[in-house]
Amino acid sequence: MMDKSATFIAPETLAGDRYAGLTAGAWQWIAALIAIALVAALPFGLSKYHVFELTMVMIYAIAVLGLNILTGYNGQISLGHGGFFAAGAYTAAILMHRYGVPYWATLPPAALICFVLGVLFGLPALRFEGPYLALVTLAMALATPQLLKYFDTWTGGQQGINLAKPVPPAGLGIDRDRWLYLVVLVALLIAMRVAANMLHGRTGRAFVAIRDHPIAAAAMGINTARYKTLAFGTSTLFTGAAGALAAIVIGYVSPESYSIFLSVSFLVGSAVGGIATIGGAIVGGLFIQFVPNLANDVSDAAPWAIYGLAMLLFMYLMPRGVVGSLGPWINRALQRIMPHQTAFDDGAKE
Amino acid sequence: MAAQRALNTGLSALGFILAGVLAAAAGQYGPGVSDTEIKIGNTMPYSGPGSGYSSIGKSLTAYFAMINDQGGINGRKINFISRDDSYSPPKTVEQVRKLVEEDQVLLLFQSLGTPTNIAIRGYLNDNKVPQLFVGSGADQWNDPAHYPWTIGWQPSYGTEARIFARYVLKNLPNATIAVLYQNDDFGKDYLKGMRAGLGDKANKMVVATKSYETTDPTVDSQIVALQGSGANVLLTAAIPKFTTLAIRKVYDIGWHPTQFLNSVSTSVGSVMKPAGAEKGVGILSAAYTKDPTDPQWQNTPEYKDWLSWMKKYNTSGNVADAFAVYGYSTAQTLVAVLKACGDNLTRENVMREAVQIHDLKLPMLLPGITISTGADDYAPIKQMKLQKFDGRTWKVFGDIVSGSGG
Repeated sequence: MMDKSATFIAPETLAGDRYAGLTAGAWQWIAALIAIALVAALPFGLSKYHVFELTMVMIYAIAVLGLNILTGYNGQISLGHGGFFAAGAYTAAILMHRYGVPYWATLPPAALICFVLGVLFGLPALRFEGPYLALVTLAMALATPQLLKYFDTWTGGQQGINLAKPVPPAGLGIDRDRWLYLVVLVALLIAMRVAANMLHGRTGRAFVAIRDHPIAAAAMGINTARYKTLAFGTSTLFTGAAGALAAIVIGYVSPESYSIFLSVSFLVGSAVGGIATIGGAIVGGLFIQFVPNLANDVSDAAPWAIYGLAMLLFMYLMPRGVVGSLGPWINRALQRIMPHQTAFDDGAKE
Repeated sequence: MAAQRALNTGLSALGFILAGVLAAAAGQYGPGVSDTEIKIGNTMPYSGPGSGYSSIGKSLTAYFAMINDQGGINGRKINFISRDDSYSPPKTVEQVRKLVEEDQVLLLFQSLGTPTNIAIRGYLNDNKVPQLFVGSGADQWNDPAHYPWTIGWQPSYGTEARIFARYVLKNLPNATIAVLYQNDDFGKDYLKGMRAGLGDKANKMVVATKSYETTDPTVDSQIVALQGSGANVLLTAAIPKFTTLAIRKVYDIGWHPTQFLNSVSTSVGSVMKPAGAEKGVGILSAAYTKDPTDPQWQNTPEYKDWLSWMKKYNTSGNVADAFAVYGYSTAQTLVAVLKACGDNLTRENVMREAVQIHDLKLPMLLPGITISTGADDYAPIKQMKLQKFDGRTWKVFGDIVSGSGG
């Protein structure tokens, strides 16, 4: 987001701008801390069911964030992220169920395994562009439930794996749903921070350059093969970690949980939220969780028609997604108070 | 002082008695129950890969609509809340939590599917919410030691296989058996049930087993291999498509074993006719409900009641649809349990009544087949009747066979 006013800034005003005695950076920190405190306090004012729903929203947000890295920033379309979500979920489930690993300790291995799987999948994917890659990943999404049934000594086949419910640490005095909400919230904050650091730096610029013009990117000295594979790996790392969290929160994995529709939902959530944004992932998570239910409430007979209509409306009214479209407005409003600051920095092409 | 104490004691005693009388008059209610309403929760795949089962959900809704028109159960209307889970277990968990925590239903009834019900079983048992008459034929719903709040309904796959085994032991004592099964829990339940039913003769009698994957194009090589074993009995535990392929191949290679089909793959229209009706003559299977297309029932008052309900309440249903018979019968089972509860509609009492049903007769079950449960018997229907295909339709024959026990 390049703003015209930015071109007139004299260097010395940038660092020295103070508002009510504090720098813009300090204000940002304060705003962020207040926001986090509010979100962390949220479950204590809601029923357990709504806490569970919001936990799922955050899990989907992490998965969509993963897809945004690949599809939004790097331009590789994946219709198969449900498969990586399943891989993460089953890694966590098998570790917990077979080897008695505590739930929190399953996240790093699940993320790592999905990173490796993503890199392995990303290597042949280098040969596929655009719709061809979409087709290859679609094939993977279709194969996922059947593969899970085939390796039934590990996956429990059709009946899946039942997981013991995580126990919140004694002494905190909070119930399981609220504890898991906080665990997932921490995971989401870490994921967003890591993604922001990566995407707003050298790596992110390389991703975007490859998306916008691969030949020019290569001519600038970017190792396109390496960065595309890296994009695939980090993307599946996030989505796999989300899958592991979902397995822990739901307490059950089975092949039916990871149908092709899950992969499509991720792409829909990503597009609705804002495909090359970080904050858009949260909007995407909200969409995945709530819109099918709302559609069902509107019409029992044709929930998917309503769902489709909602998608069309979003795409027509906000073609760059909710955050992609509203972000600049918010930035403009923010700049009235604090010139030269932006809240939403996205990698979308202007 | 003493008088004061006596008075106090007397007053508190009176209070207790009053409270007791009031409670008895108002009935004892669990969540979701009032003097005018009982809330029942359900999940059903109205969309997605399992949507073929949705006619069961519509039948349940239609049956409760009729009950409500007739004045409800002991004056209480059924508020049946059926939610779509798309046959996706995470969605089932979410919808069931909504039903229990937000809608505050008294119990879960006939939620459909094996993985979907496994996903919610732990949650419902932890919270002591009855999971009544699960819509799945898996063997695992009869497990009161681990899951006292979960109970099945239909004969399980294993029950059916044991019924076949008993028939074989009685009528074909020198049989050698080959089994073709789908390589998942559904197929394996049959194989396991067959072996259990044969008991110590299983190893001698079962001479060959072959599995297939639902992704296989045919089962030709499996059938040829099974024929090569020299078996004279073939049990096919397969979904409709592969049952059709198996019947045709057995006939085409000139093999003439006594064939058993699992009851989910006996549809005349979608299995027997596509295989070639003449190729299926003499094949055996088992049933527990009346086939709505069978002319022998169509003049009975039970069938006519069912038909008039179909015409008045289940208008979107198909009168040839066996699922409409299934939904009708399961709903009747729940109504019987709720009637037995009287005004004591707590979750504990509902569960108590659900596991003490004695020989409940339902109009659309085959004559003689009844529903019975007990504290250590969570398998309501254990009996079936054998049936034989005559080239046109299935004819039930013989006595009622029980498949209960190991």
